[in-house]
Formats: sequence, structure tokens, C-alpha cells
Amino acid sequence: MPLLEVKGLKTYFFTLRGVVKAVDEVSFTLERGESLAIVGESGSGKSTLGYSLIRLVPPPGRIVEGEILLDGTDITKLPEDRIRREIRWKRISMVFQGALNALNPVKRVGDQIADAILAHENVTKKEALERAGELLKAVGIDPRRINNYPHEFSGGMKQRVVIAMALALNPDIVIADEPTTALDVVVQAQILNLLKKLKQERKMSIILITHDLSLVAELADKVAIMYAGKMVEIGPSDDIYTEPSHPYTKGLMASIPRIGGKKELYWIPGNPPDLRSPPPGCRFHPRCPYAMDICKVKEPPYFKVGNLLTACWLYEGKSKEGG
Amino acid sequence: MSEYFDKVWGSEDIVLYAKDLRVYFSLARSLTEIITFKKARNVRAVDGVDLYLPRNKVTCLVGESGCGKTTLGRTIIGLIKPTTGRIFYKPSKSLGELMESAGLPRKGDYFDITDARGEIYKLLRRELQIVFQDPYGSLNPRMTIKEILEEPLIIHKIGESESERVEMVIKALQDVKLTPPEEFLHLYPFQLSGGQRQRVNIARALILGARIVVADEPVSMLDVSIRAEILKLMLDLKETRDLTYLFITHDLAVASIICDYINIMYLGKIVESGPTDEVIRNPKHPYTQALLIAVPAPDPKGRWHIKEVPIKGEVPSAINIPPGCRFHPRCPYAFDKCTMQEPPYFEVGYKHHSQCWLHEIKK
Repeated sequence: MPLLEVKGLKTYFFTLRGVVKAVDEVSFTLERGESLAIVGESGSGKSTLGYSLIRLVPPPGRIVEGEILLDGTDITKLPEDRIRREIRWKRISMVFQGALNALNPVKRVGDQIADAILAHENVTKKEALERAGELLKAVGIDPRRINNYPHEFSGGMKQRVVIAMALALNPDIVIADEPTTALDVVVQAQILNLLKKLKQERKMSIILITHDLSLVAELADKVAIMYAGKMVEIGPSDDIYTEPSHPYTKGLMASIPRIGGKKELYWIPGNPPDLRSPPPGCRFHPRCPYAMDICKVKEPPYFKVGNLLTACWLYEGKSKEGG
Repeated sequence: MSEYFDKVWGSEDIVLYAKDLRVYFSLARSLTEIITFKKARNVRAVDGVDLYLPRNKVTCLVGESGCGKTTLGRTIIGLIKPTTGRIFYKPSKSLGELMESAGLPRKGDYFDITDARGEIYKLLRRELQIVFQDPYGSLNPRMTIKEILEEPLIIHKIGESESERVEMVIKALQDVKLTPPEEFLHLYPFQLSGGQRQRVNIARALILGARIVVADEPVSMLDVSIRAEILKLMLDLKETRDLTYLFITHDLAVASIICDYINIMYLGKIVESGPTDEVIRNPKHPYTQALLIAVPAPDPKGRWHIKEVPIKGEVPSAINIPPGCRFHPRCPYAFDKCTMQEPPYFEVGYKHHSQCWLHEIKK
């Protein structure tokens, strides 16, 4: 049994101007110690998917359908108090986007990390602070700095503190939502190394949410590509990078600027759709260079293309229909 | 002057250059500092920079946040006044004549625009323009696209009547490929996508006939799939309108694709500069080398590998710039001299300069 199995998840936002289908029938699995990257552009629903997994979807959004099975237990059905006691932070924790602002500025970082421990475990404040120090050490910060305030840390170190906080209860899964967007390349490389080490040493599963495919290649074993609330392709990262199947993935791969690569500029014409009224059929069809008649009317199922699952009509008949 | 140009720049026609530019922002003193007569401290955002912009070429400023690249870009076109240093500009013929009669200091074809004021400053604004980073924040949300693009025309008293100005606006929209332009005139910024907004920003920078455009991270806030489209548009406009770009970015990969010349900035200084391919293939400064290693590679094969970046820590604050070479506390090769004396620029290749004492040893 996989550690995490998401089946047909739908998270919608019920706004006054219509229903926004931010996550629409997304399914995937995650094994222990595996890293999955959820890749998409702004508005593709990738962050909402992350929030759904720890049941923190902000209103007016909510999970309307589907299952999130953690070791076989569907956490979408659990009441909020059990989620808070047993799941959130203890089993699945999250490094939030904009982590530089995720710390309380008037509280010592040690106390902030200790809070997370005290809320879940029956330990004394002293023990909790000791563990906070150990966590800082694990992310490469001098444990004596538990008494410092957030403003005494640089951007990269604050990011490390936030990661330490996510590790506080030794969770099985850490979701990292754009963990390096505000950081410079050198610091970004350090944070990536930290995540790699944690994954290898602690056998932790990581879900990396990002738009940056270069970053993904550095960390992910498996990649899921999101477009307009749909997961259009998923598979091992080696295959996604060498032989992407979905036209959108192909386009994304071609638009990554590469140092020392060809000096040509490539992009995907058009803009992502408004999620309140996504195009019928395949949501990518208005921007797709290969769009056929069927794409405009009928949503594609997943087809198995090599090791990838691809939601695209191009592969109909060429391979068998997958899950 | 011209000898230097000939020697270093060869056939390139320099349209604007800056010599020993410094921009300091003074910090407010705390009460204890005032009582104890402490001197006000400065943020040395730009700290002694020479910069040359070759005509119709893309010159990049690459650096991490806080290195002073945005301040330098804004100073070059006169939006921030430098603390010391001069900026020289070879203007269009008509503006040159006006500058001549206004008695602006000049050196050959170049006028010293550092202290330009009044009418001359206003006319300079037409020729030196900027595209801002944030396509969401840089357009007034309460103005329509027509109003946004018409405003500079009104300020500069261009166009006899509104209908004439609207025609110019339509032309500008066509130039940035927002078609059909009539449909965009009465839209508000929130009705446009990020890419479309950045096109409006570009149109606004060009509508007065800009010759030099400072592009401050113009695509960093756009989605990956549409970035290249904006970059291509900018490169096409460069060709059709003979533009010169100063392109500010933190992304070496983007810089390596679109720039002709690269300047690597660190804590207010340009530490390495040269033709793009030279700098990318053959980086000389330890900082440039580290940056190139740190850039994530879009290839999953190396993902098990912990990629050690040779430099430690983070950029120090621009208030307390380290003595000697400002990079020495993070540099893996630092030796005694680096901690005491600031290195000069060494010529390390054709048009390729690096500010590092290591080159002295190699010589």
C-alpha cells in the first residue's frame, strides 16, 4: 500500500462570480521516501492541491469529492479535531510559500518551533526547546540561535527555520510550496541540498510544489504536471524530462532557458484559461498545436505512454487506457 | 576617451556610459547614535561602477537581490541621482542640438547628463525609458489602457488632438502585438493577463520614441510558458526600432540567451564583465563561477548528487561592505591581499574583465 494515495480529488472555490474548479479530479500515489513534484503555472491549482492534502483549503474553497488515503485512511472524512491532533504536522507538514513571512516576528524562533511540539506531545517546555535546537542543527543552523528573533536571520536561514519547523514532529510527508522562490541561486542550491539530505537520511517523502522545472529536476523522483486544475501528465522524472508525451509538458520543457543550450526562444502561445469557465474537452486544446476535433468536445482519459500517464487524445489507440 | 573606446569596444557604438558611479543612501540615525555624534551610515547600493551600453545591443546586469542592480539601472537613466560619478549620453540629433545650446558639458559626441534639469531632463525622459518588474503593480488599476498610454503623450504635449493621440496609442498597441488594438483601448489592467500587461508596459516605454530601455526583470513575474514570448517581442522591437537595452535579471539562464554583454554585479560593484559567451563558457571571477554552478540544471540524472556550491554564507549587508575585495569573506580562494586591498580590473580576454587578485598571480 502506498503511503499516500489521492483518488479523484476535487477542490472547488465557491466564489460570488462562479465556481472555480481549482483542483479537478486529481489522482496520484506517493511512496515512502519518494519525492513528487507538482508542477504548474500560476492558477493551475498546484498550491490548492497542496493545501487540500493537509486540509487547510481556505474558504470559500473546499474539498467536494475524492479521497486522500494516508496509510489507507481517508483523511477527507476525518473531523477537524482529529486532523489537528493526528494528521496535520504529525504525519503531513508543509513549508508554506513566502516562508520568509511565515514566522512570527515578535517570538523567538526556538519558541515557535517548540510550540508545534508542545501542541502535539506531552513534553516539558525545556525538552521541547532542546528538540528545537536539534532541529535547527539538522537544517544547518547553530542550535544556540533558538533564542534569536526572525529578523536576526537572513532570508536563507529563515527558510531553514521554516523547514526545521515542518520537521518538528518527524512527519512522513513534507509539502514544500515554492520553497525557494524568494531566494537567490546560491542560497537556493543550499536549500535544495538540505532537502536532498533530509530525504536520504530520514526517508522522508517530499511533495515539491513549483513552477520551476529546473528545480524539479534537482529533487523529484516523480513529476505531476498540472494545467488549469487538471493533472495532465504524471510519471518518473527521467521519462518526463527525456520523453515528455503531453503537448503541454513538451512546451514547458522547450521553454526552459538553458545555459549553454540553443539560443532560441520557445513559448506556448496563448494564456491559461479562466478556471471559472475552462474550455470544454481538453482544457489545453486552445493552446495546443496538435488539437483535433475530439479535443474540443471530450475530455481525454489517461493513456499509458511508456512509463507516463498522459491525458491526451493523441495517444488514443496507440497505447492502452490507464488509471 | 575615444582611444579607450576603440581599444576595448572596437566596432561597437557606445550610446551611453557611466564612469565611477556611486549611489549611497544614508540611513536614519538612532537616538543613541545622534547623542554620541556617530556619523550617519550609508547603504552603498552602487559603489564605483563603470558601465558601457553599446548601441542596438542587449547588455545584462546579473546579480543576486540587494546587489544594487536595480539602483544602477534607475541611476543610468536619471531616475536616481548618483552620489558621485558621471553619466554620458550620445543623444539623438535634435536633442543634441538642444543640449548644445543649453550648454550641457560635453566630451566629443557625449553630453554629461548627470545634472540635467528642467526641459532637457524632460526631453531625456523620452529617450531613456524603463520597463518595470511588476506587471501587476506598475499599471494604474483605475486607468484604462488608452489612458495609461495616452498620459505620457499628454505630459510631453505630443499630438494635436485626442483623436491623433488615440491613433498613436493604437499604433503602440499594434507594435507590441496586442491585436486588435481597438479591443484593448477601454479595458482596465485587471482584465489583462500578466503577459498582456507587460506588453502594455513595453508600449508605454516606447510610445515617446525611446532609444535606451532599462528592462528591470521584465519577465521574472510571468509564467514560464509565456516568458519567451515577451523576450522575443523585446528583441524584435530592438531590431525594428534600433533600441539599446540594459536588461536587469537574476537569472543567468535568461541572460545567457538574450544578452550580448553580461555584467556580473556583487554588492554594488561589477566584478566581471564581457561578451556573454565568453563569460558563460569561461567565467573568471570566483563569484561568477559559483553562480554558474548554483543554477539548477533541468536534467534529473544528477538529482542524487549533493551539489556543493563553493561559496559560503550569504551576501553581506551593503551597509558594512567588507574591506579589500568585497567578495573575500565568501571566496574559496581568498588570500591575504584580498582582505586588505581592492583588486583592479584585469583584462582576462577580449572585452572581458574581472576584478580579482587571482589574475595577478596568473600573470
